[in-house]
Amino acid sequence: MNSRRRVVVTGMGVLTPVGNDVEAFWASLMSGTSGAGPITRFDPSGMRCQIAAELKSYDAEDHFERKEIRRLDAYNQYFLVAARQAMKDAGLAFPPDDEMAVRAGVMVGGGFGGMETFIDEIRVLDARGADRVSPTGIPRIIANMAAGLASIEHNLLGPVSCVVTACSASANAIGDAAEIIRRGAADVMLTGGTEAAITDYAVASFGQSRALSTRNDDPTRACRPFDAGRDGFVMGEGAGALVLEERERAIARGARVYAEFGGYGMSADAYHITLPRPGGTGAARAMTAAMADADIGPADLGYINAHGTSTEANDATETAAIKVALGEHAYRVPISSTKSMTGHVLGGAGAVEAIASILAMEREKLPPTINYEDPDPECDLDYVPNTPREARVDWVMSNSFGFGGHNVALVFSRPS
Amino acid sequence: MDRADIESRLRDVLVSELGLDAAKINLGANFEQDLDVDSLGVVELLMAMEDEFGVKIPDDEAEHIHTVGEAVDLVHTKLNS
Repeated sequence: MNSRRRVVVTGMGVLTPVGNDVEAFWASLMSGTSGAGPITRFDPSGMRCQIAAELKSYDAEDHFERKEIRRLDAYNQYFLVAARQAMKDAGLAFPPDDEMAVRAGVMVGGGFGGMETFIDEIRVLDARGADRVSPTGIPRIIANMAAGLASIEHNLLGPVSCVVTACSASANAIGDAAEIIRRGAADVMLTGGTEAAITDYAVASFGQSRALSTRNDDPTRACRPFDAGRDGFVMGEGAGALVLEERERAIARGARVYAEFGGYGMSADAYHITLPRPGGTGAARAMTAAMADADIGPADLGYINAHGTSTEANDATETAAIKVALGEHAYRVPISSTKSMTGHVLGGAGAVEAIASILAMEREKLPPTINYEDPDPECDLDYVPNTPREARVDWVMSNSFGFGGHNVALVFSRPS
Repeated sequence: MDRADIESRLRDVLVSELGLDAAKINLGANFEQDLDVDSLGVVELLMAMEDEFGVKIPDDEAEHIHTVGEAVDLVHTKLNS
């Protein structure tokens, strides 16, 4: 008998390379639109990788005062923009005199923090000296500031924290936020994740590690998860935000419920700093744990939003992991990688993909894996190739894995 | 450089570098109370003044700057001493 508090999703917001709000994002997922292109943020000449999925038509001045922008790395801006959408979508506000504000918190995931500021400030230090470094540099850089800023903006006085687990960060954040509500420490959690790392340094360093696609002459076809011709991931950027809420409270106030939070599983590979453990047993344990937490079996799962980065190692290993965790059902469950369209939002990916998974369940259409052309014998499952598929599913899973061997799986269900 | 020149250039810096509201800037405006400049903003202000006018403003002198007029006076004194 399970008597723990139940958690539902009542608000969502996104800022992604394929759409700056939920509807635009969904439209791109349904049309199979890639957000990748030549890097415009800096001059990538001479670098191995010269492509990325940058935000389109994003202007900070549409969202913030000039005085604020000077103190906000894009990492923070992106989360604040997505968070405003999610809070508005949920119909929630906590004015200064609202006693419920102490029952609302924030949990944000991110991979780096304010990387662009960090790079710029180090360059100032080297070129001009210590007394020219900005006094607002550190608050722009530290990875937890997105959570702090969101609590300030929305007057959220409860638990406020941050998870930094590379590309699984925002999946961890969503799971941790749900746990906080389950154990009664808060009733509402603004959660999700953010990343703004399309910088010369990150593209150079990821490129040196041979993690990025070098299909520079064909950017929209560069990210091709599970395809035999995949050659690395394409960096993305942006944020995803969700409002999680204790179910009884959400129902009592008549909130629109998108999904119920079902389960949270995590595990460590304990194997290598960047490579997944061969055979996928680490990732499989996260999926198994998430299903157990949701009290379901493999046959209940109707869709998996894969981590699916388009690296040779991830996609083969994740395929193996799904087989370990789901057994024969692995061959029946539709799986797709929306990174084929969004690029890899790194610390924000888990949140963006949780939202994609929830929308797929709500709208009864599964987003495709685009650029899937040549099957890889090591990737022999159903990846919903190239076109969306109509399907009514009751349980969805979203996988997120991070450098360091972090494996996270989240399960959501159709609201009952 | 006379006081009017310094005030004009300082005003431009306050708007372009610190993002302050041009309409609120006058010689009597208090940085913290009238222009909403916090403790970190004061440091940014001092750095911007040093860069704009090519002067050094030690902490003990910076403590005496509370208004736009006091900032103009300090720069004027430094440039003409």
